[in-house]
Amino acid sequence: MVGLLDLVQKTMTTPHPLDRYLELVRPTLTRRSMRAEITHVRRSAVGSVTLTLKPARQWSGHVAGQYVQIGVVIDGVRHTRCYSPVNAEGRRDRHIELTIKAHPHGLVSNHLHDNAIPGMVVDLEPAAGVFHLPASRPESVVLISGGSGITPVLSMLRTLANESYRGRILFLHYNRSPEFVAHREELEAIAMQHSNVRVEFRYPETQRDAGFGYDELEALAPWFADAQTYLCGPPGLMAAVRTVYEAEQLGPRLHSEEFTLTTAVVDPADAEGKVTFSGSGVVAENTGESLLEQAEAAGLTPEYGCRMGICFSCTAVKRSGCTRNLRTGELDSDPDQQIQICISAPVGDVDIAL
Amino acid sequence: MAILTETPEGPLVLSVEQVEEIGRELDALRARVTADLGDRDREYIYRVIKAQRGLEIAGRGLLYLGFLPPFWLAGVAALSVSKILDNMEIGHNVMHGQWDWMREPTLNSRVFEWDTVCPADQWRHSHNYMHHTYTNILDMDRDIGYGILRVDEAQPWNPLRLGNPLYAFMLMVAFEWGVMGHDLEVENIVRGKKSWADVKTLLKGQSRKAGRQVLKDYVVFPALTGPLFLSTLAANFTANIVRNLWTFSIIFCGHFPSGVQTFTKEECAEETQGEWYVRQMLGSANIQGSKLFHVMSGNLSHQIEHHLFPDLPANRYPEMAPEVRALCEKHGLPYNTGGFAKQIGSVWGKLFKLALPPFLVKNSGEAGVIVMRQGQASEVGV
Repeated sequence: MVGLLDLVQKTMTTPHPLDRYLELVRPTLTRRSMRAEITHVRRSAVGSVTLTLKPARQWSGHVAGQYVQIGVVIDGVRHTRCYSPVNAEGRRDRHIELTIKAHPHGLVSNHLHDNAIPGMVVDLEPAAGVFHLPASRPESVVLISGGSGITPVLSMLRTLANESYRGRILFLHYNRSPEFVAHREELEAIAMQHSNVRVEFRYPETQRDAGFGYDELEALAPWFADAQTYLCGPPGLMAAVRTVYEAEQLGPRLHSEEFTLTTAVVDPADAEGKVTFSGSGVVAENTGESLLEQAEAAGLTPEYGCRMGICFSCTAVKRSGCTRNLRTGELDSDPDQQIQICISAPVGDVDIAL
Repeated sequence: MAILTETPEGPLVLSVEQVEEIGRELDALRARVTADLGDRDREYIYRVIKAQRGLEIAGRGLLYLGFLPPFWLAGVAALSVSKILDNMEIGHNVMHGQWDWMREPTLNSRVFEWDTVCPADQWRHSHNYMHHTYTNILDMDRDIGYGILRVDEAQPWNPLRLGNPLYAFMLMVAFEWGVMGHDLEVENIVRGKKSWADVKTLLKGQSRKAGRQVLKDYVVFPALTGPLFLSTLAANFTANIVRNLWTFSIIFCGHFPSGVQTFTKEECAEETQGEWYVRQMLGSANIQGSKLFHVMSGNLSHQIEHHLFPDLPANRYPEMAPEVRALCEKHGLPYNTGGFAKQIGSVWGKLFKLALPPFLVKNSGEAGVIVMRQGQASEVGV
């Protein structure tokens, strides 16, 4: 099949890939690029939306805890974001479920929260990430999450519950208040049905709940030292949990995944931070000049042409950080974007694949 | 060179302040359009792509009935239009980065390939960089005559120039191959300025790209029509030639009609943004026509707007054109435009005229627009 596809592309549709013809018939018909259709939209918790996606036939499933990247068009521009499916792994209908919390400055999350409807088609990348349950399940499991960090660990809990996992499970979740917890009722139901599962919610902002600490963990799961712990949440929670596990010398049993919050809007005049040229392993202090000039000052020789934003010879992939278009003043903090380095200046820390 | 922009006091002189104001106004126009880009533009380019793909498939399909002359002709027509759209409104514009803002991996200037024998990466160098940065600067912009034609009086005459119209005709018929060879700078190899080793990788890329194009149009699709092999081959060949004639004609109308100025390296040293804009306007020419004509020319009928804003989506040029024109009129600058017949006639007239030795033809060596520059006054286009 792949051989035939290649043959058609090399001889009949060249220079365009076959997908560029197929997608005009139906967006999900593509063979190389994978798409998914939204089949169901549910707004369960305050500020969250849960989407059920029907991926095209290339979808090979996810392992509980992994994430997928989806691409959505907003105002003509395609934006990509990563979300962890919240459903259990190995679903028979091969659908995936994403719970997306609308962040205050989150372009994609707000767009999906407000506009997602059944029938919408999004780009989908295969599931990826090493933050997942091992194939041979651990003896016992601690799942700690905060805010929208709930999604990968919820998939883990649902997977273990489906498998009638016998070991002890603590599911500890931090949030602002109960109505913000997506899937709260389902979580409570799982706890009711499975005597080995303990589900705990903490609301440090509204109740007198303290933040995470050794005493809390010891009280909820005195067996935690024998468990494998999976952690996903905001930086404060991550740091607090790490401190406890390191003090207990349990570092290797703690598995964590950062979830990136939308980069805060930065002052364009800010020429602080570091510029990382990750392709060549060079790090330099940000001088506020264009990335091309800074790369050259750092001894690199990136390809360029006009040096004024016309010819696109210098386009490179910005891995992370915020850049300012020197011509328009526009800020761009989306990760993994192609930018013209001759007319882009870093604002704060920037990683560019040069 | 050589267009006199008359004022009662003599040739038009632009002051430093005027040039700066022109720069500011064009920057503002650019910013307004950039801020407005969105769904409408996205839908436009996908509509064009859909039309192109549809015509391509229709054209290939019609050739299965190519033994019937009307079907053969319809197939050639559909395929020709498809190839023109792919080349002009899609390929040329996508590879200028006009659609990069959509962040659509398949319409990104770095990865897009077009349906011609010239590899996209080589074209991006010879066109996006060499031509668009150094537009109409003699000995810098290799599009001034493409190394084979005399299209400007400042290019020296020699007896070989007598063949000027013939060379142009041959280039027109084989235009996609000419575009492919452009980045090789063959005349510089002949002059010993460039070695064959320098162009080895270019040749490799060209044979790969051209090989696939030739295989598709002259082997695979003819073979797929079985007994109609020769009929389909002839149809595909014709469509490629039609596209060549058309793209050559549109592109030559962009910089070679009379009234277009050229510049010297000295005049353009250390240009400000405003001076750069003025050079682009004086060095380009538009073609008037219907909406369909603009689409079929990849909006290169708005060559002036294209040269001012090469990376803005071409579907915006028609709405920007009146503002650019008004700006030109405000400052007394020429805005070179005319119907297709007038512009292409002017191009061929020049090709014939410049074939002849200078003593035989009246040299129109008048002053052009004089641009006062920061620091010292320097004359542009004299």
